[in-house]
Amino acid sequence: MEKILQVKDLELSFNTQGGEVKAIRGVNFDLYKGETLAIVGESGSGKSVTTKSIMRLLPESSAEFKSGEILFGGRDLTKLSDKEMQKIRGKEISMIFQDPMTSLNPTMPIGRQLTEPLLKHQKISTSEAKKVAIDLLRLVGMPKPELRMKQYPHQFSGGQRQRIVIAISLACNPKILIADEPTTALDVTIQAQILELMKDLQKKIDTSIIFITHDLGVVANVADRVAVMYGGKIVEIGTVDEIFYNPQHPYTWGLLSSMPSLDTEDAKLYAIPGTPPDLLDPPKGDAFALRSEYALKIDMEQNPPFFKISDTHSAATWLLHPDAPQVEPPLTVIERMKKFPGSRYYEGGAV
Amino acid sequence: MAKYIGKRLIYMVITLALIATFTFFLMKILPGSPVASADKLSPEQRAVVEARYGLNEPLPVQYFNYMFGLVQGDLGISINQFKGAEVTDVILSRMGPSAQIGFQGMVLGTVLGILLGMIAALRQNTWVDYTSTFVAIVGISIPSFVFASLLQYWFGLKWELFPVALWKDGFMSSVLPSIALAMFPLATAARFIRTEMIEVLGSDYITLAKAKGASGSEIAFKHAFRNALIPLVTVLGPMAVSILTGSLVVEQIFAIPGIGEQFVKSIMVNDFSIIMGTTIFFSVFLIVIILLVDILYGVIDPRIRLSGGKS
Repeated sequence: MEKILQVKDLELSFNTQGGEVKAIRGVNFDLYKGETLAIVGESGSGKSVTTKSIMRLLPESSAEFKSGEILFGGRDLTKLSDKEMQKIRGKEISMIFQDPMTSLNPTMPIGRQLTEPLLKHQKISTSEAKKVAIDLLRLVGMPKPELRMKQYPHQFSGGQRQRIVIAISLACNPKILIADEPTTALDVTIQAQILELMKDLQKKIDTSIIFITHDLGVVANVADRVAVMYGGKIVEIGTVDEIFYNPQHPYTWGLLSSMPSLDTEDAKLYAIPGTPPDLLDPPKGDAFALRSEYALKIDMEQNPPFFKISDTHSAATWLLHPDAPQVEPPLTVIERMKKFPGSRYYEGGAV
Repeated sequence: MAKYIGKRLIYMVITLALIATFTFFLMKILPGSPVASADKLSPEQRAVVEARYGLNEPLPVQYFNYMFGLVQGDLGISINQFKGAEVTDVILSRMGPSAQIGFQGMVLGTVLGILLGMIAALRQNTWVDYTSTFVAIVGISIPSFVFASLLQYWFGLKWELFPVALWKDGFMSSVLPSIALAMFPLATAARFIRTEMIEVLGSDYITLAKAKGASGSEIAFKHAFRNALIPLVTVLGPMAVSILTGSLVVEQIFAIPGIGEQFVKSIMVNDFSIIMGTTIFFSVFLIVIILLVDILYGVIDPRIRLSGGKS
């Protein structure tokens, strides 16, 4: 499959008054054409920063690329000038944000906000751009798009506004669409509608999506592959089935155990103990070791490398080292692994 | 919109009537009368003069006479400052210079202030920003009469660029007073725009505009500016007041024959009808400004369109 974006050994820090916050500490992943890659992790794990650094939307005054590269169309995005980035933003890579209530300009009619990227990136006239914008609104399921072009954001509901933001992001048929928790601020029924819309549109325009979320339910619904981030690093990456039914990293176990499900027998929902690591002074070894009941001595001293489980699945944990002791994952995870062919708990049947 | 403005106009009339009433009775409570200073008059002569201006009537009658005249646009006649001239004529003839320096000061101050604030916000925490903040603090804390004197000394006396005072050289005479009046609006606008621009530039829709590929200047002018203007409109009213009160002093210092200068003098000689007339004139001016500000709100921010709630 064609790789459309490669992030290689990306390290990024924020220079703050308290010191250097190492927000991204060596992130590697590839994005393939037409796929949806979900990045999951708790707040502060670096998922938003990673995607914002791809778009170069972080404040230049404080955010600093330390090393690594972001390869897109043969160019390293970390090295491009502002002018060159402006030509990529909104045209080749576009973005949807978390809160539709604040991501549209309140004093500009939505028609103008829609035609802006079209006029900016394509050589078309204002009237043509308007036609395209109306088509886009129709595409995202807005009734009476002609009438609504002149209206302002406050005249739309939250779900409608997110549809408009999606329409804006798709205006120039981008190769990559970054969705930064696009459904977090919406209520559940609207969430489902927006997810359906995004899946639908992805098929129509064949774009690759990076989907950031902390909602594993959403991940299972939309993603082809999943990257789990913790403490500024990816700790496990694989296909959606591999992550959900054959997870290897204790942090992924924790995430899956803390997800409510209909057949959970325990009355109490599991929560990962402790707090995220301080990225001003990141731990030496595995950043999750301090919160993990499966931590080995080496986790405190050395950073685990990636161990390959399959061609598509790898995880950074010492538990996968040949010399590591065999540990039992949490019960809920074992239940999941029983359904995954190839896992050591497999009991037959299919996922 | 028309309905809204109509309603506002009715309120304006009520407000004016109240202001006129209050001022009328406050003036009457004050000790002394317009003719009290004229010691040379014998009691008989005084009685004649008072009768001529209706000052001998009982207070309620005087009040109704005045209000009746007011409704017809008659502000009475000057008692001692301009000896028998129509108050309306006095005010109209004096309006020109005041309006000119007020308008020039306001435009100069707001435009420069907005520019200064924008630059400061876009170059946040650099020397440009610090300089602009310093100018803003100076502009707010130093009263306009100090500025006026400094301007007279340096630009008038030392460098002889502009006339020191008087209203004889047309536009040139208006330059220094306009600058003195501009300082407060300038400082206020700079402060408001800076704070608001910084806030707006950090908002989500600016990030989205950036994500669409907008350039720095497009973001600043197409997306941020209009949103940053809203709070500035709020202070336009108080700024107009500052221009008014500022001009009372500034006109005096520059010896400009404007309304402010004449107002101060009329207070000193207790010229009842001129004081009343000027107060009402200023009130009308202010109320109109406030109405304009409210309409301007809706023009700038579609969320506050004034069509009676539903838009």
